[in-house]
Amino acid sequence: MSHYISITDRDRQAMLEAIGAAAVEDLFAVVPTSVRFPTLDLPAALSEAEAASELRRLSSKNADVLTNACFLGAGAYHHFIPAAVDSILRRSEFYTAYTPYQPELAQGTLQAIFEYQSLMSGLMQMDAVNASHYDGATALAEGAIMALNSTRNRRKIVVAPSVNPQYRAVLRTYTQGLGVSIVGDERPEASLADVVALVDDKTACLIVQSPDFFGTLHDLKPVAEQVHAAGALLLMATNPVALGLFQTPGAVGADIAVAEGQPLGIPLSFGGPYLGIFACTEKLVRKMPGRLAGATTDLNGQLGYVLTLQTREQHIRREKATSNICTNQGLMALAATVHMALLGRQGLRQVAEICYHRAHYAAAEINKLDGYEVLSFGPFFHEFVVRCPAPAAEINRALEFASIIGGYDLSADYPHLGNAMLFCVTEMNTPADINRLVATLKG
Amino acid sequence: MNTYEPPIFELSGSGKVGASLPAVGVPTSELPSELLRTDDLQGLPELSETEVVRHFTRISQRNFCIDTGMYPLGSCTMKYNPKIHEEAARLPGFAHIHPLQDEASVQGALRLSYELQQLLAEIAGFDEVCLQPAAGAQGEFAGILVFRAYHLDRGDEQRDEVLCPNSAHGTNPATAAMVGFKVIEIATDARGNVDLADLRAKVGPRTAGLMLTNPNTLGLFDEHVQEVAQIVHDAGGLMYGDGANFNAILGIVRPGDVGFDFMHYNLHKTFTTPHGGGGPGCGAVGCKAFLAPYLPGPIIHHENGQYTRYVPEKSIGRVKSFMGNFGMFVRAYTYIRMLGAAGLREISENAVLNANYLRVKLQDVYPVAYDRPCMHEVVLQGKLKDAPDIHTLDIAKRLIDFGFHPPTVYFPISVAEAIMIEPTETESKQNLDAFIAAMRQIAHEAVETPEVLHAAPTTTPVRRLDEVGAARKPVLKYDRAAIAALRGQAASTDDQIVRPTY
Repeated sequence: MSHYISITDRDRQAMLEAIGAAAVEDLFAVVPTSVRFPTLDLPAALSEAEAASELRRLSSKNADVLTNACFLGAGAYHHFIPAAVDSILRRSEFYTAYTPYQPELAQGTLQAIFEYQSLMSGLMQMDAVNASHYDGATALAEGAIMALNSTRNRRKIVVAPSVNPQYRAVLRTYTQGLGVSIVGDERPEASLADVVALVDDKTACLIVQSPDFFGTLHDLKPVAEQVHAAGALLLMATNPVALGLFQTPGAVGADIAVAEGQPLGIPLSFGGPYLGIFACTEKLVRKMPGRLAGATTDLNGQLGYVLTLQTREQHIRREKATSNICTNQGLMALAATVHMALLGRQGLRQVAEICYHRAHYAAAEINKLDGYEVLSFGPFFHEFVVRCPAPAAEINRALEFASIIGGYDLSADYPHLGNAMLFCVTEMNTPADINRLVATLKG
Repeated sequence: MNTYEPPIFELSGSGKVGASLPAVGVPTSELPSELLRTDDLQGLPELSETEVVRHFTRISQRNFCIDTGMYPLGSCTMKYNPKIHEEAARLPGFAHIHPLQDEASVQGALRLSYELQQLLAEIAGFDEVCLQPAAGAQGEFAGILVFRAYHLDRGDEQRDEVLCPNSAHGTNPATAAMVGFKVIEIATDARGNVDLADLRAKVGPRTAGLMLTNPNTLGLFDEHVQEVAQIVHDAGGLMYGDGANFNAILGIVRPGDVGFDFMHYNLHKTFTTPHGGGGPGCGAVGCKAFLAPYLPGPIIHHENGQYTRYVPEKSIGRVKSFMGNFGMFVRAYTYIRMLGAAGLREISENAVLNANYLRVKLQDVYPVAYDRPCMHEVVLQGKLKDAPDIHTLDIAKRLIDFGFHPPTVYFPISVAEAIMIEPTETESKQNLDAFIAAMRQIAHEAVETPEVLHAAPTTTPVRRLDEVGAARKPVLKYDRAAIAALRGQAASTDDQIVRPTY
């Protein structure tokens, strides 16, 4: 018997007697005999030490960003995570609990969600934030569905080509059965103005990203005005780290704001688990998907927290729910909460500043190299596009020999840019790393 | 011990920082002034690391969790989460690799993912597995999109209905609606199975498929599952398996062998990746070969010792960024590798044994919804003799005072006053006996001292909470005035609120 099971042979005997079964196998008599008890062709069981060794072996076959300098971003970012974040995450009280259906036994989780909603709302300057989506891409797709459900007779979604290509792909996956048209990103070189011009009285929402996939920052205030004048909603995707320094969705007048929360205290982990941040205006709260915690009081008048406005959700409304989401990314929201609390008002700004200045330093140095050109699309945060003298894949292979994980190859998604690569610089890239990158590119 | 902890904003003090950051270290560049944020981040607090750690540690102590006690939340499979999994997922070659790195630099991670695909396919009897969906509901969403794509690809365009038994999880009808299908509810028969007559009446040329949880949410293995599949297939529909209850049948029966075409696995249930207070999960999906071309991607492929990613030719597209919740893959992989085939079967045998033991020890007091042997969970009813004013909610709240997390209550909605108990295989007989004793004591109290049940719980950090008030006047973020009003105080205008003592 495995070491996770607490029933002895003697217990089992007594329990079977109580049940009136001769053997455990008898409990499965309802399963058709022809398919009952299949032989599973699985590898032999490992002891814990053997398993740990096997896992270490597999782990060692990957080039990690701790031992290599990483200049890759494009939707997932290598940031500093204070040790205290994981220390809180590893508390059993948080990670071995589930959705707080019984609030009296889950005040820890509920208060943490409430504080997540509060901190994130402060960071984004948005009225309401839910208790999380799977990632930035699914938050964006559900935001678009919310826009469709919050407007009348508007079945068109306009999306800029500078929105993360994976987000746009997920948007199309999510809406393929809903009879909507998605326009705006047919030409990868279309400008923001080109895209805004497509917003009309059939448009549910305009989806833009700032900083966008290329790292470029946009002034979205005039865009919000134009979108609202057409009776549509503005869905803004953003990067929470940039918000330490730059215009927030709330300040520009976005109706719905989404972001990938991974940069806030969550390790890269090969793409997940991450955190979908989802925020909206107060007007839209009752159309919002996902869970929400609210403050209330108990019988004795003590402050407490509960899940609230649950009539939006699938376990109550079934096919009339605002979304099918149930399990979310709760623990990742906790990571972001602890991370934001640790960095606080000053730290959030400071991280954004370090990213900005180091990225600009790196861009300026790379731009000096023969054959390399930083393409200018306007002000940028911590990512920038470099046109290279050779295909990005070749350059990245050369960087690999110098223990550098290079930038994102843009040639598949944006062929019009030529041999272009998207570099990302964060506070984890030391000035020495940046100089080494520049020297290696120089060759 | 009083564990009350004020909202974190009330601990803030101007000038404190809780993280140690490097200097900029390079010449600074000009900032685009017109794009800057102008509020100086006034909505964010300032605390030291000490304060942040104490705050979250203190609030953590206001939680009940698997590591503190039995958590028999039906349909959620709250079993023990092995500690080795947490170590494995945090190895640097797993936790600190970028999802867009060159494939050659992440062969170990791709290999683990590939092997997990193979293991899951074998365990449930499918040909292909995609690990991308982040949760059960997203697995369902992927599956129903695949059904849609399959029918459309065959030019079968009139199939706009999805059938769901009335005992289904809410996510099933919500998923079908989200894809754009009409939801048709199927009745349950007197033995807790899909009602075959109702199914035959409702299935037809408009049926895209049936979503079935088996064992179902009544904790029962459908006695005609193969016949159900036959009826649906004969009408040209497909069989979706909701794997929420897969913990009952590991090594007992493979869903792929009884007629399911597609299924999602809940790695956070069956394969014990931690529930995290709500997530993350992983809703990997498996299917028969004829549906594999429509799966979301990427999927991992292995050839000549190299692991690569590919997207199936007629894929519905990606359902989330990157490959999915990889950290959960590592945990589930570790679990399966340590248990092997015999260990997996033991899981289900003990899970089913434990649930049936509770059933026979409680059914004389709490009516069972369906009187036949159950699988990994048993559904009772909170309808007690001579206690007309006592409801399932009171019983659940009183259980808390006995040190147990309540079972799932009022679900399935097809059973009045439902109490859905899933003990899982990791509970000891000693704990089960204590739970039985508590339930029987509560039944006794319900008649003798019902006020005790109405007042429960009394041993928790807070008493019953005003949920109606919370929904009527939602306070969804910290607002000093709103919080002060809840506390029955006047809103303080001071910058610093006096910290409560404990």
